[in-house]
Amino acid sequence: MHFVVCIKQVPDSAQIRVHPVTNTIMRQGVPTIINPYDLFSLEEALRWRDKVGGEVTVLTMGPPMAADSLRKALTIGADRAVLLTDRFFAGSDTLATSFALSAALKKIGDTFGKIDIVFCGKQTIDGDTAQVGPGIAKRLNLEQITYVSGINEVDGEGGTVTLERRSEGGVQVLKTNLPAMITMLEGSNVVRRGRIDDALRAARAEIVTWSAKEAGIEDVTMCGLRGSPTVVKKVFAPSPRAEKAAQVEVGASPAESAEALIEAIFKKAPKIEADLVKLASGY
Amino acid sequence: MSDAKPAAPAGGSRATMKKELPERFRNHKHVWVFVEMERGVVHPVSFELLGEGRKLADKLGVELAGVVLGAPGADVANACKEAFAYGADLCYTIENPVLADYRNDPYSKALTAVVEAHKPEILLLGATTLGRDLAGSVATTLLTGLTADCTELNVDDDKSLAATRPTFGGSLLCTIYTLNFRPQMATARPRAMAMPERQEGREGRIVPFAVDLREDDIITKILSFIPDRDSNKTNLAFADVVVAGGMGLQSPENFQLVKNLASVLGAEYGCSRPLVQKGWISSDRQIGQTGKTIRPKIYIAAGISGAIQHRVGVEGADLIVAINTDKNAPIYDFAHIGIVTDAIRFLPALTEAFRKRLSPHSKDRLAG
Ligand SMILES: Cc1cc2nc3c(=O)[nH]c(=O)nc-3n(C[C@H](O)[C@H](O)[C@H](O)COP(=O)(O)OP(=O)(O)OC[C@H]3O[C@@H](n4cnc5c(N)ncnc54)[C@H](O)[C@@H]3O)c2cc1C
Ligand SMILES: Nc1ncnc2c1ncn2[C@@H]1O[C@H](COP(=O)(O)O)[C@@H](O)[C@H]1O
Repeated sequence: MHFVVCIKQVPDSAQIRVHPVTNTIMRQGVPTIINPYDLFSLEEALRWRDKVGGEVTVLTMGPPMAADSLRKALTIGADRAVLLTDRFFAGSDTLATSFALSAALKKIGDTFGKIDIVFCGKQTIDGDTAQVGPGIAKRLNLEQITYVSGINEVDGEGGTVTLERRSEGGVQVLKTNLPAMITMLEGSNVVRRGRIDDALRAARAEIVTWSAKEAGIEDVTMCGLRGSPTVVKKVFAPSPRAEKAAQVEVGASPAESAEALIEAIFKKAPKIEADLVKLASGY
Repeated sequence: MSDAKPAAPAGGSRATMKKELPERFRNHKHVWVFVEMERGVVHPVSFELLGEGRKLADKLGVELAGVVLGAPGADVANACKEAFAYGADLCYTIENPVLADYRNDPYSKALTAVVEAHKPEILLLGATTLGRDLAGSVATTLLTGLTADCTELNVDDDKSLAATRPTFGGSLLCTIYTLNFRPQMATARPRAMAMPERQEGREGRIVPFAVDLREDDIITKILSFIPDRDSNKTNLAFADVVVAGGMGLQSPENFQLVKNLASVLGAEYGCSRPLVQKGWISSDRQIGQTGKTIRPKIYIAAGISGAIQHRVGVEGADLIVAINTDKNAPIYDFAHIGIVTDAIRFLPALTEAFRKRLSPHSKDRLAG
């Protein structure tokens, strides 16, 4: 079977700083990582490859340096990596991104073998939209199953997959036909550490690199800024609250401090007491 | 590449190059809210969106419509009644047995069809598992723009939708437009917008819409539905009182102190992300950018530093109370009341003091 995992290289947002004056992002020196949610999808693809046989291809669209993330995915155990890179892709929103990735997926299917499952991450930590996966599914006419908490069975011969999808208030157990686009929930598996031989192989592996044209994209007006219906008009820092927290003085004992804090709360928000009495009596 | 987009400096240039809206979109009119319903229950985010949608519609001088999909029966009529009570002027309804439970294919076909027929200018959905699954498909089919997880919606002077959302893990906000395409689509997370007042008895028009959907044509089959056990059902996002703990608690055992306080207050409990990552607490209790957004009347945070990713999930709280040993912790920048003390020693005392204070026989309370 052929599983393709779409991964995105993202800045490690825990370390992002905003320039206090210009409000722009200070990217210098911010390390990049594979979007953490994509790793659960990569792991699931590797597991099913190990179980039912086949290959795992990882795909990313990004600047040439996104090759680092692909190589990382190879060290974790992927068999093949494809980098889609072209200046035409700069400024892509989700619609333009799913357009470009769909073209590359078609080409991957034609070149390396028919795709059974496209895996995407639940969402990215920089874009955070959770739309690229559904966009790909729609464009390639794949059955779409998002927020999957577990895959129970992949039946290559029957061309079906049975899985559990998180929904409001419960889990749907679904069966669908391949090819499908699946996004995994975080925590649905434990991401493996790569093996030594994978690391050695990854270091030498060739990364298949395609431009827009090489991926079969003829109409580049569908890509990048031009192909993006959404426009970012303004980027700004959240306005700080005018005043800092009113500090309650610490008493001689925790009990005294507690009394003081409760006083402060009820003074600041007199209606809270009645609400709390009502709630507390209900427990 | 694509991640270069939100980094554009303030006042990016493309928006100022705005062309006239293409002719084919000129007759798109009115604001719509997708009314999300599962197993007969309307998701409260739909009411929050109707509240926002009402404001947008009034500013634009147009109508506010709900869209309700479901199996034929009382649930759809009930959902419409609720939508009217929360501000809708009318509801489009699509009733079909195939729509009894959510699946992407029939839902996106149905919603796309009614959008193409009745042409809204704005379409809002909740950023829930269902809403996100659906919105991406519909936007791709319509080839229009979709702004996810908005925290603020507005219309600007030339009547475009200005959708503001956090970006880069909440460290920045950006305002996004869909200039030359319709409808302008946006999703908002539960609790990001305030719940509007319910107007009992408010009425509206029901406009049924027929879509030809047959079970035989649908590839994905639902084998079963496993409801969450009651203990799993957290009402965290909608709780009036929330107590949460962070790494300052130092051990999973100490987290019990948070649960104890929550139980005395009749509150829900939550946590910061590292506790979920360490496996101390289940992920549905996480508050923040990648967890739940809460809007309680009072939020008590113990041993939480107040990182931006946590902050964006709690800022809608009316009163934020922080307990942290570090007087310079960022949480004191947005909390209303703080106390610089050791939460592990303090929480039991606070729990006890609240217990006394709130007990129905409390002398303190009678006196106060
Ligand atoms: C993409 C991304 C998404 C994220 N999403 C979220 C999210 O949704 N929610 C979230 O919460 N975080 C999120 N984070 C993580 C976030 O950046 C912070 O790392 C996290 O919130 C910190 O948790 P904390 O405050 O519990 O721990 P710490 O930062 O370790 O802070 C512990 C605090 O406890 C105080 N303390 C120590 N001992 C005591 C004591 N005895 N009594 C009282 N106080 C004490 C310390 O002074 C400190 O302020 C995200 C990060 C990234 C990169
Ligand atoms: N540039 C990209 N290259 C490869 N995959 C991507 C890219 N952008 C998004 N994806 C995939 O789509 C998922 C959802 O992204 P998003 O819609 O940005 O939240 C990610 O987790 C990836 O699997």
